[in-house]
Amino acid sequence: MATVGIIDYGMGNLHSIAKALRYVASDEQIEVSFDPDTLAGMDRLVLPGVGAIGHCMEELHRLELDDMLREQIGVKPLMGVCLGIEALMTHSEESGGVDCLGAFPGNTVHFAKPEVNTDGTRRKIPHMGWNQVRQERHHPLWKDIAPESWFYFVHSYHVVPQDRQHIAGTTDYGERFASVILRDNVFAVQFHPEKSQSAGLQMLANFLEWNGNA
Amino acid sequence: MGLAKRIIPCLDIDKGRVVKGVKFLEMRDAGDPVEIARRYDQQGADELVFLDITASSEDRGTLMDVVEKVAGEVFIPLTVGGGVRALPDVRRLLQAGADKVSINTAAIANPEFVAEAAYRYGSQCIVVAIDVKNVAKKNEDPYWEIFTHGGRKSTGIEAIGWAQKLVSLGAGEVLLTSMDRDGTKSGFDIKVTRAVSNAVSVPVIASGGVGTLDDLYDGLAAGGADAVLASSIFHFGTYTIQQAKNYLAGRGVAVRDATYR
Repeated sequence: MATVGIIDYGMGNLHSIAKALRYVASDEQIEVSFDPDTLAGMDRLVLPGVGAIGHCMEELHRLELDDMLREQIGVKPLMGVCLGIEALMTHSEESGGVDCLGAFPGNTVHFAKPEVNTDGTRRKIPHMGWNQVRQERHHPLWKDIAPESWFYFVHSYHVVPQDRQHIAGTTDYGERFASVILRDNVFAVQFHPEKSQSAGLQMLANFLEWNGNA
Repeated sequence: MGLAKRIIPCLDIDKGRVVKGVKFLEMRDAGDPVEIARRYDQQGADELVFLDITASSEDRGTLMDVVEKVAGEVFIPLTVGGGVRALPDVRRLLQAGADKVSINTAAIANPEFVAEAAYRYGSQCIVVAIDVKNVAKKNEDPYWEIFTHGGRKSTGIEAIGWAQKLVSLGAGEVLLTSMDRDGTKSGFDIKVTRAVSNAVSVPVIASGGVGTLDDLYDGLAAGGADAVLASSIFHFGTYTIQQAKNYLAGRGVAVRDATYR
């Protein structure tokens, strides 16, 4: 039986992602854990999280999960969700500037100011709600997901990958930002697939089937 | 296209059943919450809000069962409120499967609670529910105050400044209910919706008074709300969520067109 480890480092609500993965999983065993050895033994890993990146990196370090992740990146399929996408970049300007795991060269930045839409209405931060994702390349992770499908977002920062080849999906919120990034066997999404109804569940199912080839 | 405006059905829960009253009186039974949640999800609801209005604390456990069941099969954001007074309440609801919790009366007694909850669990899961009434005399400019106890008790707190204060303490979203309009089907209070929406940096959900699809449009367009909350028009089958979205899309509002499994 294939196994999926959800990395529990105390940041936010892991119940939703566990519930959604269990809902779409057929044979896989879904485990939520903070133990580096248990997680290192899983076939695939999910790095979720909500909150601020400073506390996130401190907790990953305190629980010795950062070293485990650095070792496993490139070895087995890994999915980052929301704060997880930020943790996978080189650096974030959030929390006064924080070095992250570095799976993707590039930074995480705050949405640009002024926070006003082109029609004069106020652009609310966080970017909260349903928005569309443009698929920037063909990939098994997009299987059976319609172009421009809607996903649920909640975030104030977004990633800026240095290598445009790593961008697999983009979204408009006053500016166009990378909402899905991908390289080798690591992929990460800014939105919450576990809260994005059928499109999100399909993406989770695709991740469980993905052989980890870019 | 950009961010969609959200349509959010609200389920008032009493002892594990969905109920609906007019201005908190004359409660009518509207059905089983899990069944209703499933139906709204299939119709394309963007989120669901559950408000526990159970009076006695021993009956409150049923809400957890409801949240847990819904969270196991409906994969859109779930907000749960009613009786959230301390951090353990927040934790229990998040563990049951809520994505956000709504804090109302407890914020009035202790605004710091909003800050503590936001610090511990993140602003993204802390919604502040504020119930407002226009207390100005006729012919005067409107002046809104915060009310509690289903609109019966005034707090004397000015509403716009209060919303700003709670956001500065860490609230990630504001659920704004006009107690003048709640249950009346006469439309949102557009003025207070616009005033709060302009005053805070976070999304505002307009609530209280929806009777027609036109009312939803006004709340989003004239009121500037990011989302609209309604119950009666959906519970009693007057409109489906899909009809509401089709109507709004026809008037140029960005809405999510869901495709279903």
